Amino acid sequence: MLSIKNYVRAQSLDEAYALCQKKSSAVLGGMLWLKMQRGGVDTAIDLSDLGLDKIEETESEYRLGAMVTLRELEKHPGLDALTQGAMAESVRHIVGVQFRNLATVGGSVFGRFGFSDVLTMLLSLEARVALHGAGIMSLEDFAASGIRRDILTHVIIPKTPRKCVYLSQRNISTDFPVLTCALSRSDEGVLCAVGARPGRAVCLRGDVAKLADGLVFGSNTRASADYRREICRVLIRRGLERLEG
Amino acid sequence: MEIRLTLNGKKLAADVAADELLIDFLRAHGCLSVKRGCESSNCGLCTVLMDEKPVLSCSVLAARANGKSVYTLEGLQAEAEDFVGFIADQGAEQCGFCNPGFVMNTIALLRENPDPTDDEIRAFLAGNLCRCSGYEGQLRGIRAYLDSRKEARNG
Ligand SMILES: Cc1cc2nc3c(=O)[nH]c(=O)nc-3n(C[C@H](O)[C@H](O)[C@H](O)COP(=O)(O)OP(=O)(O)OC[C@H]3O[C@@H](n4cnc5c(N)ncnc54)[C@H](O)[C@@H]3O)c2cc1C
Ligand code: FES
Ligand code: FES
Repeated sequence: MLSIKNYVRAQSLDEAYALCQKKSSAVLGGMLWLKMQRGGVDTAIDLSDLGLDKIEETESEYRLGAMVTLRELEKHPGLDALTQGAMAESVRHIVGVQFRNLATVGGSVFGRFGFSDVLTMLLSLEARVALHGAGIMSLEDFAASGIRRDILTHVIIPKTPRKCVYLSQRNISTDFPVLTCALSRSDEGVLCAVGARPGRAVCLRGDVAKLADGLVFGSNTRASADYRREICRVLIRRGLERLEG
Repeated sequence: MEIRLTLNGKKLAADVAADELLIDFLRAHGCLSVKRGCESSNCGLCTVLMDEKPVLSCSVLAARANGKSVYTLEGLQAEAEDFVGFIADQGAEQCGFCNPGFVMNTIALLRENPDPTDDEIRAFLAGNLCRCSGYEGQLRGIRAYLDSRKEARNG
């Protein structure tokens, strides 16, 4: 169980950023993942007072505040229309409604979890992230980076017209996925993100079925590397069929 | 630190530790319907409503309830009474330990979607684990309640 010495509701991003430079501090998203960590945190930094709990829409993009919950992603009509339901499909298997009312976009993206449905889906939309210290960068670059002590403020989704499909494979409903696969097709071609390999999601562009054969898969308690490779082939084939249909 | 919240409709101020969990705070304030199951955000036994939304009280800091309204089953007895009999009639409760969390989330479901389909019920309640019943009885109970409500409405 996580122990916390001090709880601070940051009153500005500068304050939160300064506090999070200390190794013994932790930024609180929904706290669901953090809570599973052993050990202690000197200062828990709560971003709840910083207005980061909104989904804002401009002419060209959606800006998701870091404290927006996964349930809000699931229920948002604009994101639903933009992704033809794929956004909701990507989160609806994550534990339960009560969990998704707590888990945040910021924690899900900053954590860059290998198993993440959220990361896989957002990569397929060519999202960008806004960090208070490091500035704006593509989610793809952020996912591959080792950036640690920063505050993720927003995830930015361009409103590029795309056809989207989200598919995942689980051993049992509400468990962690054994493979995640998000495909999108825009004027620029097909983009496919594959996660839970079990490594972090990566993006493929072009002949995605062929490129996926070159991906590295691994084994863990949920599935073997060979099983994942086979499932990946199947999910990509189904996804491409649905993009065509 | 001091927090102020509304618990089951009553205003309350209390001192909490930085890492005190909402579940412990609620149980210490007499809300013993709130059950601790997995404590790893998986089972839904600890479900309460915070600002109307169902959340896992084992995974929320009490400090985060500051300024919010929290409801447990103790405060929603009348609303629960409407349908719990239908669930009991189906033999859907055995040990009953999962029941308070299940009832709280069903209240949240029916407030958000008063006339859900079976698939919508299953999806909304997927985060409420029951080690005894197999879920079908619970689904039948909610369905029977909804049907009886519809019948009463249609005369
Ligand atoms: C039991 C369980 C089952 C799960 N199943 C799935 C699943 O099937 N699929 C899936 O995709 N995910 C799953 N997850 C992950 C979950 O969806 C969230 O991604 C995860 O809990 C992190 O979100 P959070 O808001 O709880 O973040 P936290 O736990 O609060 O934070 C996670 C990390 O990010 C940091 N952080 C949080 N917010 C910020 C910010 N704004 N800026 C900088 N750093 C920040 C924290 O310090 C911490 O290091 C599961 C998690 C649990 C606990
Ligand atoms: S005790 Fe909270 S989810 Fe299991
Ligand atoms: S009735 Fe025993 S856990 Fe559900």
